[in-house]
Formats: sequence, structure tokens, C-alpha cells
Amino acid sequence: MIERIDAIIIGAGHNGLVCASTLARTGMQVLCLESSDSAGGMSAPRSIGENYHFPGLAHASYPVSAAIRRELKLDQYGYVPGTAVDTIALDAAGQHLTIGTDRVAGDNLSEADEQAYPAFRKTYLAFAKAIRPLFDNKPPRLKDMDFADTATLAKLGWNVRLGLGRETMYEFLRVAAINIYDVLNEEFEDDRLKAAIAVDAILGSAMGPRSPGTVLTWLQRLQGEINGPLSLQSGGQAQLAHALTQSAESAGVTIQLNTHVEKILIENGKAFGVQLTNGDMVKAKVIISNADPRSTFSDLVGAPQLDTMFANRVAQIRGSGVVAKLHLALNGLPEFTGLAESQLRNRLLVAPSMQYIEHAFNHSKYNECSENPVLEITLPSLHNSSLAPDGHHVMSVNVAFVPYALDGGWQQQKSTYAYKVISLLGQYAPNLTSLVVDHEFLTPQDIEEQFHAVQGHWHHGELSIHQSFMMRPLHGAAQYDTPVDGLFLCGAGCHPGGGLTGLPGHNAAKRVLKLGGAK
Amino acid sequence: MTFHHEHFRQPFLRSPFIERIEALSSTENWTGWNTYKVPRVVDKLTSEYFAVRSGCAVMDLTPMEKYRISGNDAAAYLDRLVTRDISTLKPGRVTYIVWCNDDGKVIDDGTLFQLANNDYRLCAQHHQLDWLLMSASGFDVQIRTETSDVAALAVQGPTSYSVLTAAGIAGLDGLKPFGIANLRCDGIAVTVSRTGFTGDLGYEVWVEPQHALTIWDAIFGVQGQYDVVAMGLDALEMVRIEAGFIMPGFDFNTADATVRNGHDRSPYEIGLGWVVNLDKGHFTGRKALLAEKARPIQRRLTKIVVDGNKPVGEAFIYAGKNGKQIGEVRCTIWSPVLKANLALADIEYVNGKLSPKLWARFDYQRELKWHTAWAECHSQTKPFYTPDHRSATPPGRF
Amino acid sequence: MTKAYDAIVIGAGHNGLTNAAFLAKAGLDVLVVEKNNYVGGATVSRELHEGWKYSNCSYVCSLFRPEIYQALDLGRHGLKVIPLTASMTFKQDGDYFGSYYDSNVRRHELMRHSMRDADAAIRFDADVMRWCKLIRNFLLRTPPDPGSFRPRDAFEFAYLLKKFYELSESQIYEFMRFFTMSIAEYLENYFENEAILAHYSGGSIIGTGLGVYSPGTAYVLLHHAMGDVDGNIGSWGFSRGGMGAVSGALASSFKEYGGEIRTDAEVTQIRVSGKKTTGVVLASGEEISAKVVVSNLDAKRTFTKVMDPDDLPPELLQRAKNFKIRGSSGKLNIALDGMPTFPSLPKDSPLTLGHMHFTDTLKRLEKAYDDWKDDRWSADPYCDVLIPSQYDPSLAPPGKHMMTVFVQYCPVEPEGGWTDEKRDQFGQTVIDQIADYSPDFKDLLLHAEIRTPRELENEVGLTEGNIFQGELTFDQLMFNRPFPGYAQYRGPVKGMYMCGSSTHPGGGVMGAPGANAAREILRDLKRPDTTPVEFNDD
Repeated sequence: MIERIDAIIIGAGHNGLVCASTLARTGMQVLCLESSDSAGGMSAPRSIGENYHFPGLAHASYPVSAAIRRELKLDQYGYVPGTAVDTIALDAAGQHLTIGTDRVAGDNLSEADEQAYPAFRKTYLAFAKAIRPLFDNKPPRLKDMDFADTATLAKLGWNVRLGLGRETMYEFLRVAAINIYDVLNEEFEDDRLKAAIAVDAILGSAMGPRSPGTVLTWLQRLQGEINGPLSLQSGGQAQLAHALTQSAESAGVTIQLNTHVEKILIENGKAFGVQLTNGDMVKAKVIISNADPRSTFSDLVGAPQLDTMFANRVAQIRGSGVVAKLHLALNGLPEFTGLAESQLRNRLLVAPSMQYIEHAFNHSKYNECSENPVLEITLPSLHNSSLAPDGHHVMSVNVAFVPYALDGGWQQQKSTYAYKVISLLGQYAPNLTSLVVDHEFLTPQDIEEQFHAVQGHWHHGELSIHQSFMMRPLHGAAQYDTPVDGLFLCGAGCHPGGGLTGLPGHNAAKRVLKLGGAK
Repeated sequence: MTFHHEHFRQPFLRSPFIERIEALSSTENWTGWNTYKVPRVVDKLTSEYFAVRSGCAVMDLTPMEKYRISGNDAAAYLDRLVTRDISTLKPGRVTYIVWCNDDGKVIDDGTLFQLANNDYRLCAQHHQLDWLLMSASGFDVQIRTETSDVAALAVQGPTSYSVLTAAGIAGLDGLKPFGIANLRCDGIAVTVSRTGFTGDLGYEVWVEPQHALTIWDAIFGVQGQYDVVAMGLDALEMVRIEAGFIMPGFDFNTADATVRNGHDRSPYEIGLGWVVNLDKGHFTGRKALLAEKARPIQRRLTKIVVDGNKPVGEAFIYAGKNGKQIGEVRCTIWSPVLKANLALADIEYVNGKLSPKLWARFDYQRELKWHTAWAECHSQTKPFYTPDHRSATPPGRF
Repeated sequence: MTKAYDAIVIGAGHNGLTNAAFLAKAGLDVLVVEKNNYVGGATVSRELHEGWKYSNCSYVCSLFRPEIYQALDLGRHGLKVIPLTASMTFKQDGDYFGSYYDSNVRRHELMRHSMRDADAAIRFDADVMRWCKLIRNFLLRTPPDPGSFRPRDAFEFAYLLKKFYELSESQIYEFMRFFTMSIAEYLENYFENEAILAHYSGGSIIGTGLGVYSPGTAYVLLHHAMGDVDGNIGSWGFSRGGMGAVSGALASSFKEYGGEIRTDAEVTQIRVSGKKTTGVVLASGEEISAKVVVSNLDAKRTFTKVMDPDDLPPELLQRAKNFKIRGSSGKLNIALDGMPTFPSLPKDSPLTLGHMHFTDTLKRLEKAYDDWKDDRWSADPYCDVLIPSQYDPSLAPPGKHMMTVFVQYCPVEPEGGWTDEKRDQFGQTVIDQIADYSPDFKDLLLHAEIRTPRELENEVGLTEGNIFQGELTFDQLMFNRPFPGYAQYRGPVKGMYMCGSSTHPGGGVMGAPGANAAREILRDLKRPDTTPVEFNDD
């Protein structure tokens, strides 16, 4: 057993592991408590039966930043960014569009769009880079700033005002807070292209392309692209989970699986340990929660230890998952109309137009499921044949917009809806339905239960503007420290939010160290 | 409370006692208190005032907001809500409380009655259901407004004990200040608490609304033996200032309704540091109050006696005559029993200290001619008026 | 060749007239040219049915800045704003929620629906008042240009920051949240009752292409709440004689300062020569010269219709083309043979004196928006119904009434385009909704003028029928309004200015854009500033 514990991290999701490993590398004794039987959280692998394996809830991701890779020696522990993939915007008639980071090609694409695309990407990547200082640091406070806050704001101001140049800055200030729909309509004609970009802005959020704030969500996603292109890993995201686990353990972190934390123990306004469901009590100097902020404050801390308005702001955090996951075990490779086999290694999208996406979103507002959902499809077995038996394949599909609280409840409607999605896929890959050996459909409710993310939200809380930056997850706890002394947050619910970036975990670790957690 | 659709015809709610008060009203000087119709003056201000100080005055307390708080976590809930340690409160006892927002600024004050284990009545000056319910998440507690479900009378003054006893309420002898007794009057169950807002001997009588008039009539039935006077808000304002009691919303801004940053006040700043217990465990505002306590004192609501007899009204406070302006008078009266100008003033401290020389500057008029006056002020910490009989148990027949 | 003027203002809308009046007050020789045969633009009273006066575009008055009212002496020129004393929402179950003038009654009505909400209203009022006070600081000021390093812009930014920093840190974050949230979510922080939520949400979607759940709509609440009538912040008023009385008073004030107005004079071009404006060309071919030309037209129309593209920097032209100005509202103006009855309301209820709405849930409001997104008019629209003739005897013959119905949402163009039949179908949808709550309404109906964005554009000249001359979204607010780099009322060529609602602080009958533009023009001409500074209540 560990004699002296400096920090307990609740939850061994990727952010928890990044935080743990970062802290342990400074000599802190870190204990990481994970309730499930594997580390990695949403990046942990899943299986159907014994033969079909899936890369985790997150099936494609951007590379982890070079700084974190270096600092945590991730490459040494087997992390590879994976294979860069393009996005293919599927068309029911087989006239698909292939979209890369700097080029787009396909049937019936206008020359104007083809030429506008690279410039557009370049502009928005420049915007993303301009606001980068906000992502690598704790969100600055707007009063009582410390030196780091002033530095972050100064860098941001410099980047936006001087780095971008006057006209580009004007454009940035114009678009920063609006919707992606209007921006894309200004830039492009092609519905498929607009929709494919819009998917990147809205996937995982309860927002449609017309919702203000979707340019910002896209800029947040583009932060990943600064590190490299969207990739599928041959080992799935599990490879990241594995590398992070190795990194943490080699730095001295103890990861204890199947350990449920029931309560964070607080005395006189200071957190001093955790109580486990088995009745054990573990003490530490700091407690860092990788659980989502709502569960952390409402359940683990409890409203009685918080001020009234703070507790209410916690209760008001918005973040109801709208993406379901469909895992398909297939006894052969599906044939998509108009796609060559080699193209199936890419990310495939079913989102023919922005209006289609908006309609799908409309249903979720009223807790209904759309008959025509947005689909993001990958075939992980094409990147790693060991995921399925010879000649067999696994398909992983994100299905949006699927409400958390479906009218009439999920119990009755789950399997019917899963088959609806499969038959929708069949419109693009006619042989698919006959190949399905087994399936798993994870509704946001299942994601809540199995990944301990309240209301099944990928990002532990909506990435709307009013829940971003110094308001994420809520003001009063936006700099990773909380009103409870010695209690920190490090999960996706914190700035800068979800995605397999490790940034919340890394920023949180820096904050713990700054506030003297090592002593 | 149920409202019918035609409430617009009658802007004020009517307390169960209102018809008796209307019958006694010679001034027809009405105002609203928590949207109930209440008198400023029923008949004569001086007789109402002196009834409190030398006889017995009765005031309708029904409009005071009353909340019933019960459930397994009621005590824990209240301890998180208010600044005071209420774990020491016992059934049958009352305590004075304030509660703060996250910034440690006072939302309201009130009295908390522990009626039984995990069963409390909270009486507040302002509408608090929103805040009470917001504070309830995470607690097994039920909260309900019972303002209109309980009729209440304040019976105050040196002869209040005698009046209530003569009215047929037996068993008040042993009731200590801040005690509660369940008694009977004319066969009707009444709850009597030895509480009040006058600084004198006094009781508050709580009864179901349908019996309200019976109790009123019993109390006023002692006329002949004892003089009983119905009293309005103006007389209350005089006696509460003499007693050094503060009025949220008048002497300081209630935090939930404050628009301008910095215009709300902490318990320390309004002189209620004595009801703050920072060692009792977590409560809303604790962190902010800890931080405030670590800083030098910024300001205090201070009791002052202003020299002279000119009506003070609205006044600025200065550090010395013609000195730096450091405060403002929040409320003031001429005290008939003390023959002095009393005031509560919000005064800024300089380097954590109260200026030793306090002067008030105010304007007053004589036959429409306005004058500016300077008068020296003397601060004090004790209430202006604290008669010994107010806490004697058993009370005498004064 | 006609005489040369010091300044020509294109369009006699309320902002054009305000602008012109301040210029004339400073001693300039000013001409206002108006394409219609009446002045007022969207601030008019028109007799379209004999004996009735319709404020057929804008219909209530509260945002109009009292500073301008005073500075132009509009009271003496006949303007009287009478406060409205109620608002209400009918519920589908036969009940209703009312907001009454008397604070006690208002509270009792809230309590009738929710005891908690009645108490939460105190917190809500204080918070909204705080945001109103903050925003009001910026209405009569020129926004700073983030692309500039001039001391004046730095000073304006400093002023803006100073005002923000008067808030506490948590209030700053709360304001940022308020500024970026949806109205529905913002209100859910306070209220629980569905009808109360719906009632207070409505104001935030009026005129916008957004729904109650769209981020950014909470802020629009201020655009409707920060108006005041005699210090009662948030209250609305009718101008006696209809909205035409506002433009009438402005025109009268302008003329008294020596200004000249020409109606039936449509400007087809702003003349530019040597990077300077030289005047305007009218549809008749007549040319009028002036060194200063001020456009009260919306920014899109100004730059894409009346200026020569060759006179404009290409990026400005691009921004003008991309300017978001989708109309989303319709309007019915109705002549009634008598006062309609509303059986849900008790006899003598004062609630008919104010805004009446029929949408009692957030879901119905949001669904109305979904229709607009698909270019349909809302099947179950949000209507803001007023019967101003109850206050103002000048609007209808004795015993008769005038009803104005503002309708959200109505598309710029339904599939296949507008036809008169479609317009009438749209109107019928609205009439049917009102008749659901007032059985005698259809019998009393004598005449109805139905206006969709098409009519608004054709008649008033508002591009796509947008009532705010440009949507009130983040890309088009403050220093982004109408375009980044052009938010200080100056056009791309010397002597050319903008003064319409397309400029800061935007739409509503406020007069602030016109006054702000006048300040900038007078500054450039080195004339004394005749525009007022904002009243400050602290």
C-alpha cells in the first residue's frame, strides 16, 4: 500500500491519467481511482462477444499535443497518432465528396468551392491558432488576474490584433460568436461540403448548424488539427489509453480499478480524502476529480458543502448527450455505392445538407429521435485486422441527434431505433443489413451509466459559449480549483472541454502544482 | 394560497384582522406590507408609541412572510442557510438569524422558531421562497409558504403580560424571552412566543386564521382593566430604532434585490457580526465572510445619537465638522422617552477604525425656510433603550 | 441645377429625421429626401381604412431616447407617449397569465401561478435592471473600432471596460453568460411556470431570426426591456396619434431648425467623385449636390443598390452582400367594429390594455421558429396583439377599435415566393389564432391589412423586410454593426455616412443611430455638437 498520498484522482479517463502522470513526474504520490475495470474512460476499448472489438466511445481523434506527448513520454509507451483519414460526405446516389484538411474533390463539385476550400481552411486554422493561448492555459480571470492570466490575455490580444492582421481580425471578431450555417453559406455552394464541415462544428453538441456559437465549437475542434490531422489509430483509441496508463504507472501513479468513490470528505471547507463505496477512507492532500462537474459537486461533494448560488449554477450546467453509438459486428466488408474498398478506411458521413442536420437537431429539442439522423461512420477493422475475425469487420457509428430523455423512454424504443439506423446505413451500403452479425446501441443513457458522464454528454457539459472559457464548467470553479480548498477538477467538463486532447488534465495538473499541491 | 382571477380589483390582501383595524382607524392612513393592507397610523401616533412604552400595543403581524421548514434534513438545511449555529436551538425556542448570498452579503433577517424536532417556522421581512428553495437542493427538506395560513398579533409593552393573562391566556409566567408556549385562549389553541420588534416586554400570538377575530376580541376585551391600543407601522418604526433593531431593505439593501455592485452589505457591516459563527461548518457565504474578517473593517452600520433637537431626516456623516464625508444616516427618529435624536448610520471606517469625531450635516426647514445644520454625533454599541422589565421572568404587572 | 445643400439625408425614417434635425440644429442646410409620399419610413400612422389610423410598421414606443426627445423639444412638436399598463399570455387551458401595472397585483398574479416564481421575480428584476443599466451606457455613444490605435478609440474601449469593471467579478461572468445564452435557458434560472416562461420569452424573439432556445436571444430581452417611459424602465408606450406622431414631431422639429423635406423623391445613386461624395441622383434624373450624404437606408440597400460598386472597396461590397438582414416578422393591422371580448378574462380586466399573446409554452415558441427555418410562416405563430385605440381616441371612430398584431415568424420568401393568396393565408392563420380566444373577433373585423416581409421591403424599403435593418446577432452588434471597420457611421468615401438602424445600437424606434451619426458628422465638419449626452441615473 501507499504510505503517503499527495493526490487522489477520481476517474482514470484520459484526462485523469494525463493529470496523474503530470503530477507524478514532479514527485507527487498519486493514487488514481477508477470505478470500471479498465482505464481510459471514453477511450477505453469495448467488445461485442469475444470476437469483435471496438476502439472506444471516441472512434477517431486528433493527435495529442506534442508538448503532452513529450512531457509524458507517450511515444515511448506506444502512442502513435494513427493514420490520417479524409472525410467522405456520402451521397445516396453515390456522388460522394472526399474532404481533406486542405483539399476537396468529388462528383459535381463546383470549381469555385474547390478553390475556396483551402483558403477557408487556412483562415479558420489561423483563427484557431490565434486563440490557442486560451487552450494551453487556465482560463484567465477577469478581475484579480494573476501574472499567468495577464500573460494569456496579452498573448491572445497580440495574436488577434497583430498576428491576424487588421482585416482578418475584423473577420474573426465578426464570426467568433455566430453560427456555422451563415458562415458556410457565405463561402460555399455545395450542400455536401457545407454539411460535412457543419458536422464537425456540431457533433457532440446539442446545437444545430444554425445555433449561434457553432463557429466557436468548430474552432475548438480545430485546436486538435493544430496537432495534426484527424486520425484513426490501428489499436483504436485504446492505444492512447494504454500509453497513458503506462506513462502514469511508470511515473509512480497507482491506478486502482473497480474502486468507486462515494464521497469527497471535507472538513472546515477543505477536502482531505475520499470515502469509497466499500466503506474505506483514503486521505490525501489534494483531491482531483476527473468526474463530470455536475456529479462531482452534486454527488461527491454535495450541495451542503457549497454555497447556494454556486450549487444552483452547478445544477444549471447544461449538457444532455445527443449522440448515440452504434457498434456493428459484420461478417464481411460492406459495399458502399460509389466507394472503392480503399476509401472505406476514411471517416464517412451521412449528412447530405445543413438543413438535414438542422432537421435532425429539431427532433432532439423535443426529446424525439429523427428518422434521418446524422451518422459518422468508421470501420476500425480496416486499420487493425485483429479487431475482428478473418474476413469479418467492425463498424462504429456515431448517431446524432439522439436525445438523452427520449419521449416514452428508451427501454421500449431502443432496438427499433437501432434497426432504423442500420436500415438508413443500408441506403448507402446495400449489402450491410445482410452482414450484421450482432450490434450494440449505446444511447446517451447507456453512455451515462457505462462511462459515468452525466446525461451521457461527451464533453461533460455543452460547449456553448456561456459554458466556455472562464465560464466552464461554471465561474467560481473555472480555473480547475474549486470553492472547496484542496479539491480540483480535471475532466472534459473543464476548460477547454472534450475531445481526446488531455488539455483539461494537463492544465489542471499545472494549476495543482501552482497552488502548492506538491508540498 | 389561492387567488381568484379578479384580484386586480383589490390591490391589497386583507389580513383576517383587517376588519377590526378598519373599525378602529380614524386616520385611514394605509399602506402595503408584503402586499397586505396595513395601517401606518391607526388613530394617534403618540398614543400608539406610548402604548408600547408604557402600556400595551397590538399590531397585526400576519403580513410577515412565514415559511414552514420540515423534514429529516431541516436542521442541517438551516445550518447551511443561516450564519448562526442553530444546532444549539431547542424545540420551543426562537432565535434571531440572518442569511447571506455566496458573497457573504445579507439577503434578509428573521426569526427562526423551532416548533418540534426538524420542524421550524422561519419569519422573514421579505419574500424568500425563491432563495429558500434554491438552497434546498441536496437536502431532504420540505419548504412551504404559510404566510396566509397563520394569523399573528404582536402584543407589546410593559402590560402585555397582564393583558394576555387577563384575556384568558394562562401559563405565560414561566415563558422566558425567545421561548414558545402552546396555550389556549377561549378554548382555542394559540401559540405564544416571547418575541417582538419593540425592545420592550412583549409577545407574539399565533393562531389559525379562522380564530383570528376571537383572539383579537379576547385581547381587546380587557379594555377597562387595561388600555390596549392598536398600533401602526409608524409607531413600530420609532420603537424599533430605540431598540436598535435594523430593517432589511431600509437600513441596508437586501442582496437579492441589489442592482449596483457594492451596495449590498455583509452581516459584519450592519453590526450583526455576533450572529455569524464561522466555526460551525459550511454555510452559504462562509468563505466570503472569512475573507472579509481577515481584512480591516471597511464600514459599519452604527448607532448614533445626534446632538440637538432638530429633525435629522436625511443626513451625511462627516469625520469632524467640515471633515471628510464618511457616511449616511439610514434611519432616524426623535425618541420621546429618551428625548434625543437617534439614528443608524452607514459609516465608512478609515484604516479599520471608526473616526472619533462624527458630525452629521442635514437640512431642515422652519416655516418653509430651509437651513443646514451641523450636529455632533455620539456612537454607541448598546441599544438606545433597554428597559429591565423586558427580560424579567416572570414578568411583573408593570 | 438645384441649389447645393450642406447635407442630404436619404430616407425620412425616424433615424433619418433625427439625424437631419441635429444637423440642422447645428446650422447646416439640410435636405431630407424620401421615396414615399409621406415621411416616417417604418414609423408611420396611415389611414388605409377610412376613419382608422394604423401604425402599420412599428407600433409601440419606449426605446426612443428621452435625451433626444428633450434635445429636439419633441413634446412641443406634439409627441406624447402614453405608457402601456399591462401584458398577458392566454393559456390553452382557458386560463391566462397577466403582468399588471400595480406591483401588488402583479405579485398576486405571479403567486396565482407559482409562489416560487413570484419571489424569483425580485431576483430577476434586479438582475435584468443591472444589465439594462450597463447597456444603456453605450446607446448614445459611438462604438470603438478594434482595428484602430487612435486615442479616441482607446478611450472608448477604456470607457467600456470601466463600465464593465463597475460590476463585481461574478457579475461580469453572469453578464457574459446572459449575453451569450438563450432566453429560455436564462429564464429557467429564475422561473418554473411554463406560462410565465413563455410570457417573458416572447420579447426576445421579436424581429429576430432566432428561436427561444437559440444562444444570444437572452440579450435581445434588453432591446425590449431597456426602454423606459418616464423612468419606468421596461415599460412600453403608445405615441398619441400612432407612431406617425414620432416622425411627425421629428419632422416638425427639423423644419423649425430650417430643414427641408422632399417626398416622392427616390434616390437612385449616391454620387462620388474623387473619393468624395458630391450629392445624390433622384429617380427623376435630378441631381442634388451636397458635401455630406447620409443614408438612413439599411446597409445592404445603401451599398448594393444606391452606391456604385466601383466607388466601394471590394471587401466592403462583400460584407454588404453578406450582411444578415433576413426578415422574420409579419404584421396585421385591423379595423374593428367594436371591442372584441376575451371570455378567459374576467369582466373589466385591465389586461386588454396591454400586449396580448397566445403562446403559452416554450415548445410552441420554438416550433414556430422551426417553421421559419424551413421558409414557412409559423402554423402556430407568436403574436403580439395590442388595441391602442383603448388609450388613444384619435386612432378609430368612437366606439370602434384599432388592433395591431405583430407576428413572429414570417419568412422572407416561402417556397415558390410570395403571392397575394399566400399572404392572405398567412393572415388567416393569425386571425384564426386570435378568434380561438375571442369568439366575436371575426364578426367585428372590418378591414385587415396583412404585411409580410415582402410588403415591408416594397413599401418601406427595408431589405428582406427585416424590422431592425439587420439582424441583432453577435456578428452585427456594437463595433461589428453594420460591418467591422465601418461601425462609426462613416461610409467608405469622404462625406458619406450611415444613420439607420443598421448601425449601432440597432433597431427599435430609438433615434440613437441617427443622433450618433449626427455627432460624428458634426465632428468631421468641426461644428459644435448638438447631440445630447446620455442621462445617467447614478
